[in-house]
Parts: sequence; C-alpha cells; structure tokens
Amino acid sequence: MSSHPHAAAQDAADTHHGHSHGHEAGHGTFRGYMTGFVLSVILTAIPFWLVMSGIIESKALTAVLVMGLGAVQIIVHMVYFLHMNPRSEGGWTVMALIFTLVLVGILLSGSLWVMHHLNYNMMPMSPEVMKNMP
Amino acid sequence: MSKTRTHLATPETDVPEFYQTDEHHPEGSTMLGFWIYLMSDCLIFAVLFAVYGVLGRNYAAGPSPVDLFDLPLVAVNTAMLLFSSITYGFAMLWMEKGAKARTLGWLAVTGVFGAIFIALELYEFHHLIHEGAGPQRSAFLSSFFALVGTHGLHVTFGIVWLITLMVQVSKFGLTIENKRRLMCLSMFWHFLDVVWIGVFSFVYLMGVLG
Repeated sequence: MSSHPHAAAQDAADTHHGHSHGHEAGHGTFRGYMTGFVLSVILTAIPFWLVMSGIIESKALTAVLVMGLGAVQIIVHMVYFLHMNPRSEGGWTVMALIFTLVLVGILLSGSLWVMHHLNYNMMPMSPEVMKNMP
Repeated sequence: MSKTRTHLATPETDVPEFYQTDEHHPEGSTMLGFWIYLMSDCLIFAVLFAVYGVLGRNYAAGPSPVDLFDLPLVAVNTAMLLFSSITYGFAMLWMEKGAKARTLGWLAVTGVFGAIFIALELYEFHHLIHEGAGPQRSAFLSSFFALVGTHGLHVTFGIVWLITLMVQVSKFGLTIENKRRLMCLSMFWHFLDVVWIGVFSFVYLMGVLG
C-alpha cells in the first residue's frame, strides 16, 4: 500500500477499516519479476534443448524431465507473476486454486485412464485398415 | 458485517463519507472474483488438454507431430509470450508508482509481443492447413487446433482488452478503477502464459519426442 502515492488518499479510508484489498495481493517488485523471468527462461530453455538435441537416450526420462520442468515453471509463474501466497484474500485464492487443481487432477487422470483402457479393449487396427475406412 | 465494522472504526465519520467508502467496497472482492473466473477458465483448458491427451495419438494414418511441428518456431513463440509477461510486470510496477506514460509504454510493448505471438501462431495454422493438416484431417489435429486455437483466442481477446485499457488510461489516467482493471488483465495475461507452459510442454515437446 505504501507504494501507492496517488491512490493513497482514496485508499486511506478503506485500509483504515481493515478491508482486505485485492491490491495487496497483486503487488510485485522489480526483483521478484526479474527472478521469475530468469527462472522461466532457464526452465523453458532446458526442455527445448533436451528435446531438440535429443541428448538423453531414453525418451521416457526426457518426457518425465519435460513435464517436471513444466510443472516447476508453472509454480514459478504462480509465485512471481501471479503473486500467489497463502495469505492473499484471506486464503481464498489458494482455496480456489486447490479446488481447481483437484478437479483438474480428477479430470485429466480420469480421462486418460478410462480412455486408455477403452483403447486397450478395442479391436486392434492397423494403419492400412484405417486408411480404407469410410 | 463490513458495514458495522466500517461504522465502528470511524464513529465520527459523517454520513456522505460513510456511503462513499461503502461504494468502494466491491473493489476488495473483484480480485477474488476474477481469480475464480480464471480458475473456471483453467477448467476449460483442462478439458481441452484431456481431450488432446486422449486423442493426441489418433493420427488416422495422417501426419504426426514429428512431421508437423516446427520447434524453433514454437521456441520463438514461447519467448514472445514470456517477454510479454515480464513487460506487463514492468507496466504494473510503473502503475504502482503512478507513472502514466511509462505504464502506457510498457503496455504497448506487451501488446506488440502478444501480437507477434498471434501472428506466428496464425502463420503456423495457415501453414498446417495449407499442407492438408487442417482440423478435419484427424482426431489428433482436431484436438490440437481446439486446444491451441482456444489459447490463441484468449490471447487475442487479451490484446483487445489491453488496447481498451490503454485508451482508458490515456484518457482518464491511472484512476483507482483503471488500476483495478489493469490488475485483472495482469492476472489474465500471466494466466495465459501459465497455460502456454502446458501447451508447449505437453503438446509440442512431448509430441515431437514421440
């Protein structure tokens, strides 16, 4: 709040009453943004380099690394760009996020799991057969 | 409840000022409301990711990601979106300092990076469709165009919103309303960058990996 020279007057009334302001959650610092940016560049460059150079023989390991680094980068963005923290909005943003993540987890793993088993139980079909399909 | 708290905190406040503070009140919940909208948007993308995850290998004897995806182009695209995220961050920092001109300048830079991103994506789509790898070719390409196209549409509307806010800010200055709007767009913009991390990892890199 203190870094709001212009809005200070208007905001003063509200802050006095102890309202949790959305503004407070959205404040970043130059250092924070730069840290997030540098980390993101590194976390983007590594997976691209891994896939484009094919430096690791095992495709499974490369895939795990790509998805893992992607997950880490999402957390970096959440913290440094979206300024997520457990205290913003009295914890409600994090609650909403956790709820969404649970839904996304059920949705993704459920879809892939069910549909994988469906594929598994279907009659095998070669590309040649598929080509002649209507 | 907040009304009573307002009242208790400043017993000397006269009535008009009491109403004025109350008018500002919805502002406190805007960020949370917008965050919940973003979470619902996140579910839309989760569904599209799930569809891509299920159908992404059904090539119908057509082209596969290895044949189609141009990783250097995707890398440039990713860089554009990442640059636009940091420049939007700079705009927010100047906004907090109340520097209108610099805020507008960084917003313009953000818009340019966003526009380059969209231009490159349209070029890629055009190239794919020209090669006969349009959305109707296979389930893989249908789900690919649905997912990446939805993200592209979000970025397009983000740019429209950005230009609208630039006009607002240049006309009315960094008022408390405009600051709130810029905060919302900031969350929206960074959120789209988060979704793009999923796209380039799960769709492009995993696809080329085979």
